Amino acid sequence: MFYRAHVLVEMTSSSVALGAAQVKEQLEREIARAGLGNEVKVLETGSFGAALPSPFVVVYPDNVIYAPVSVRDVRRIVEEHLLKGRVVRELLFAGERGGGVATFIPPSPLKKEKRVVLRNSGLIDPLNIEEYIARDGYLALAKVLTEMTPEEVIEVVKRSGLQGRGGAGFPTGLKWEFTRKAEGEEKYIVCNADEGEPGTFKDRLILEGDPHSVLEAMAIAGYAVGANQGYIYVRAEYPQSIRHLEVAIAQAKERGLLGERILGTSFSFDVKIRRGAGAYVCGEETALLESIEGKRGEPRVKPPYPPQKGLWGKPTVINNVETLANIPPIILNGPDWFRSIGTPTCPGTKVFTLTGNVNNLGLVEVPMGITLRELVFEIGGGIRGGHGLKLVQTGGPSGGTMTPDLLDVPMAFDTLPRYNSALGSGALTVIDDTHCIVDIVKNFAEFFLHESCGKCTPCRVGGKRIVDILERISAGAGSPEDLEKLRYLGQHMKATAFCGLGQAAPNPLLRCLEFFREEFEVHVREKCCPQGVCTMRPKPQPKKTVRV
Amino acid sequence: MNTPFVYQDIEEILSRYEKEETPLLCILEDIQEKWGYLPRDVLGYVARRLGIPSSTVYGVATFYAFLEVRPVGKYVIRVCKSTPCHVRGATDVLEALKRELGIREGETTKDGKFTLEVTSCLGVCGVAPAMMVNDVTYGNLTEERIREILALYRE
Repeated sequence: MFYRAHVLVEMTSSSVALGAAQVKEQLEREIARAGLGNEVKVLETGSFGAALPSPFVVVYPDNVIYAPVSVRDVRRIVEEHLLKGRVVRELLFAGERGGGVATFIPPSPLKKEKRVVLRNSGLIDPLNIEEYIARDGYLALAKVLTEMTPEEVIEVVKRSGLQGRGGAGFPTGLKWEFTRKAEGEEKYIVCNADEGEPGTFKDRLILEGDPHSVLEAMAIAGYAVGANQGYIYVRAEYPQSIRHLEVAIAQAKERGLLGERILGTSFSFDVKIRRGAGAYVCGEETALLESIEGKRGEPRVKPPYPPQKGLWGKPTVINNVETLANIPPIILNGPDWFRSIGTPTCPGTKVFTLTGNVNNLGLVEVPMGITLRELVFEIGGGIRGGHGLKLVQTGGPSGGTMTPDLLDVPMAFDTLPRYNSALGSGALTVIDDTHCIVDIVKNFAEFFLHESCGKCTPCRVGGKRIVDILERISAGAGSPEDLEKLRYLGQHMKATAFCGLGQAAPNPLLRCLEFFREEFEVHVREKCCPQGVCTMRPKPQPKKTVRV
Repeated sequence: MNTPFVYQDIEEILSRYEKEETPLLCILEDIQEKWGYLPRDVLGYVARRLGIPSSTVYGVATFYAFLEVRPVGKYVIRVCKSTPCHVRGATDVLEALKRELGIREGETTKDGKFTLEVTSCLGVCGVAPAMMVNDVTYGNLTEERIREILALYRE
């Protein structure tokens, strides 16, 4: 059927949380009521990132963007625009582009943006494989299967310099090569979509906005290392990602792009979804494997690493969602193209998620090497309410703590460790100067206490002790020795914890103890919270509760 | 949610994963989806059928935050307390919910409708502070919005 107009509604977890589903329903109702059901089609699309407020509605082919749209606005859009052909000026997205009429196709990204991973998000209907194919989808898989040997594929990925986007930054090509060379008939590709790092939601928006890009990359990885089965481990908090993946897998199988004898070649590859059940530690790759194996998600001893002994003891590649989404463009455009983006030692783009006390929230894809100043003050539009910047936590609580003196450090996997920081998953939690450092560090510590799997003592007990001491300090009962105790606990936890979670847990504490020493000292010496956040009142003894 | 446990139904769930090597977590998730929680005798039954120790099954059931071994309300409210929500007022959201529902964290309302839980990052930090009610996520929460949302579920 031919439609004279397509109306795209942003349907991601974030926009649905702001009422996008109701907007879509209302659009369908109003369009039917206006008798336009055969002329105008309503479609879903993914996020366009920080460049557009949620939820947005795009009318094609007029290239008009309305954002943000509420249910109340829908009738006017339908009656004025779709029925009478008059753009509703008041509802237009004014945004960055000087407040004029925002008509653009494709919507122009923010000035500093460079879209590789998010090339399709917000432009295509993720539930329709044809829209992905129309934008060169599955072309990279076809090229790999018909023109390249597995070794050539690995060589291209190695030469591109792509590093794991989950946070560790390990060279992807090497991981693939280790797995290819490992002995074993059966091998697996696992996609880590257990994005639990607070402040990170890039993988969710990739899966919701462009699920096929990840499936295609998994099949390419399977061909390269000699695996025929893939698993995507998605966290339970992401029902919509799971739904989009289910649809995408079914559509790809229907068209012979997944399953037996892909595109008529001898290569077969299938993907199954595994749903997590709410455990942060499962983002650690060996804990994730344990969870797929149906066990408690407790990390394994390394080595052996997954490329040697992974899922069910078989050689396994574990790649993050964002890492995989980079693969098809690298295959199509070549490693030199990829190397032309970002820094020489850390090529490509990075998707950052701006969260916390910043004006523009959302995700943004920029070349590696951008500074925090550009991210927070240009793209993020500065601190909310005109406050000052206290710190930016990068990569969630286990990542790095960036204090204002580090605003001009280029952001890349290899640069931040020099400043005792880390790029991590790309989460940027901006915290303004109205917040109390003890309260913030306590929040990080409570997170790790909640998420510790309990396997090793330093993390299980150390985490609890740290929270206890911080609670004491914020209740005005701390002593100067407590600060020394915190440092001692933190250093020991870092040195002796079993896995990355426990080793990283004390990082923000240790860095903040150093940088915000004075603020901690005021808490313990003068029993006073300069920001007025801590109660500074010792907790009343809990009353005895009578159980009925 | 109050459907009686029919072992045929559990058998049906078990049969879905016959070909899987290690189906335990998938089975527990499906059982919970059907009945809202994992009763102890069902865990024992699953253990016997899979030929693994019931301690292992119980260990898995209690490891994951989304698996419940006690009955929960019809609607489980999970409030995010991670830093991005924390610095945008998650504490006020939690307090408002406690006040509106008259329960504390980890408790269920007397009518069995709501269970209030605190959780780690829900991954919707762009609309912080946020919470989930069963499968549905709500963001940019204020006291007023919380009242509106609860009203949707109270009917």
